[in-house]
Amino acid sequence: MAPEAPAEPSSAATPRAPAARRGARSPNPTGAQGAGGEPAHAIELDALVRRYGERAALDGVTLALPAGSTLVVFGPNGAGKSTLLRVLATLLRPTAGTARVLGCDVLREGWRVRGRIGFLGHEPLLYGDLSASENLAYHARLHGLRDASARIAELLERVGLASRSADRVHTFSRGMVQRLAVCRAVLHDPAVLLLDEPRANLDPAAAELVEPLVGRSSGRTRVVTSHDPVGGLAEGDLALGLRAGRQALLAPAADVRPAQVGELYR
Amino acid sequence: MPTSNRLYGPRLRALAIATTVVLLGAFVLAAFSAPIEADQGFSQKIFYVHVPLAIVTLCGFVFAGICAVQYLRSGDSRHDLRSYTAIHQSLIFCVGTLLTGAIWAKASWGKFWVWDEPTLVSFLIVFLLYACYQPLRFSIEDPERQSRYAAVFAVVAGAFVPINFAAVRLADPLIHPRVLNTAGGDLPDGMRLPFYLAIVGIALLFATLYRYEMTAKHSRAQLRALRRRLGEDAGDGVNRSAAPRIAAS
Amino acid sequence: MSARPPATLAAARAVLAKELRLERRAPQTLVAMALYSSTAYVVFHFALARDTVDGSLAAGVLWVTLTLAALLGIGRLFVSDRDEGGLEGFLLAPVDRSALLLAKAAALLAFLVAVQLVAVPLFAILLLGPAPGAGGWLRLVLVLLLADAGIAVVGTLVAAIAVQTRARDLITSIMALPLLLPVLIAASRATAPLFAEAGAGALAGRWLAILGLYDLLFALLAWALFDYLVED
Repeated sequence: MAPEAPAEPSSAATPRAPAARRGARSPNPTGAQGAGGEPAHAIELDALVRRYGERAALDGVTLALPAGSTLVVFGPNGAGKSTLLRVLATLLRPTAGTARVLGCDVLREGWRVRGRIGFLGHEPLLYGDLSASENLAYHARLHGLRDASARIAELLERVGLASRSADRVHTFSRGMVQRLAVCRAVLHDPAVLLLDEPRANLDPAAAELVEPLVGRSSGRTRVVTSHDPVGGLAEGDLALGLRAGRQALLAPAADVRPAQVGELYR
Repeated sequence: MPTSNRLYGPRLRALAIATTVVLLGAFVLAAFSAPIEADQGFSQKIFYVHVPLAIVTLCGFVFAGICAVQYLRSGDSRHDLRSYTAIHQSLIFCVGTLLTGAIWAKASWGKFWVWDEPTLVSFLIVFLLYACYQPLRFSIEDPERQSRYAAVFAVVAGAFVPINFAAVRLADPLIHPRVLNTAGGDLPDGMRLPFYLAIVGIALLFATLYRYEMTAKHSRAQLRALRRRLGEDAGDGVNRSAAPRIAAS
Repeated sequence: MSARPPATLAAARAVLAKELRLERRAPQTLVAMALYSSTAYVVFHFALARDTVDGSLAAGVLWVTLTLAALLGIGRLFVSDRDEGGLEGFLLAPVDRSALLLAKAAALLAFLVAVQLVAVPLFAILLLGPAPGAGGWLRLVLVLLLADAGIAVVGTLVAAIAVQTRARDLITSIMALPLLLPVLIAASRATAPLFAEAGAGALAGRWLAILGLYDLLFALLAWALFDYLVED
């Protein structure tokens, strides 16, 4: 099921649809809900374009990511990595093309997508004047989780914040805020994780703590942005390289050499 | 710009000629054939400018609101451009309404501003509200969001106009005994034709200016696109704009 | 752990509870609004050179003060959400966007009522000449509530627009003030007879009708348009 991918940087002006995904594009969105009926591809992008005014931040990105695997996105600042994540998170509308998450179109079925993704961007999306557990409880209510207090306590325990759960987030260090943001992103047990440099601000010990929640071992479908060619390729199944919004590289991560990733930044 | 000429030139010229003819005819009729009003004398003639200006201003705001709704429904930036241009022109006409109203007030009551003229007071409030449109657009950088927020504003402001008129009119139970009903329903016979002609003329003036601004916007967009194709700096990066950005056709 | 997308009302309750908790914990907005109105009374005392006011002057002083205090609250309404990413946090949840409108308008209404619980009695003590009787106060409360509902709805709409602009404070003031003029006209005209020297006059029904119509019209508009202000 490995998607066909151009080994060399290709101009993505003409989107090429990987052969493998034609059969996988199930038109049945409810199939995404059932445990057995998961679509083969958790994320499908077809000639995805997002413009800001006349500037295209994403220009014709086409790929398919099998459920349970990890897409690692490389590219210099401003290449469109964050835009891609925000489109997948339904925070930005695509200008053209389609993006499907778990078989649901982000534009037309955004409400279906929202409950099943965990988004971790540069902002922690936490209120500084609320305590750690209050922040998580608020998000639990918004996600309709019942009896979430046990889950919240467990998550805080796992990231090493149990003793600080009643403290205001303003008093936290950046690394602690990031760990709490990880809890927020996985609180509702999402099937897909969208992670924008998830290890930013984390020391190695803290990175170790969040690994079971958002790392490869979490077993979730993941889209991760990275600036680190070696580490990024090691944790990804599929590598996407963006340059000025265009798809400059798309290949199984195992087939990509770190030097190829380095090319993107030149 | 040959393209924009082909698209807009002939109609613009025809509109301009029609505007001149109709307005001139209306004003000549108003000045020489319409009866001189007994109480106010010749100064009442400003009625033939003031009232049509007011009517066209309101129609322009309504049109802008409708275009804004269409923009929100379709996301097509041409509707946003129409809404923007209509509000821009209506604001200018609104200033004209206020100025001619002030002149008329001075002539008939000796004061430039009277508060017991609810329609004029309403126009002042409407002007103050729509005057926020440009600053609002200017303070939003992302062009798509700028258009969307401006459209929301245009719809809200459009709904505001009637309720504002109602509130202001109710606030003043003693409406001045008016010689003329502003709606023009009970005009003497000699006044009716020049008055209606003046409305048509001012509406044509609005249409001409509206089309002229649209043509200018399209030409500028084409120029920018051509420059970019030549590899020149089109100035997109540094210039913030309150006007909608349109893709060159 | 069971999860089902919460209903709009449940989500709105969650957001409202969060708003009130934030304000309780760091009561910036309410304190500023209350202090502002108290200072305004002092300013009016000196600017008008009057110890007491009555009739339409009293109504004017009260409504100018309350409106300007409301502007402070409107300006702050979405600030914590924008600065701390709370808006995105909300948008990522599988809930109807209208829940945010509902919660924010309810929060603003709660702030307005809370401030007026202080500011209106203070006005009666500091500036108001003849105090109306119990019936007069009841009628004033009715006008206040109707006006507050309008201010809350329009204020939420303006705040949602202004928070995304680069000149938030400027846009809030120049946009909210004209939009609120019908409320001000109706509310001050309706309250003027209550403060009259000759004893509380009758409350004109047409002003209540205008206020009610205004509330209804803008509530519907806000409901229809709010999605466009939070989507991207």
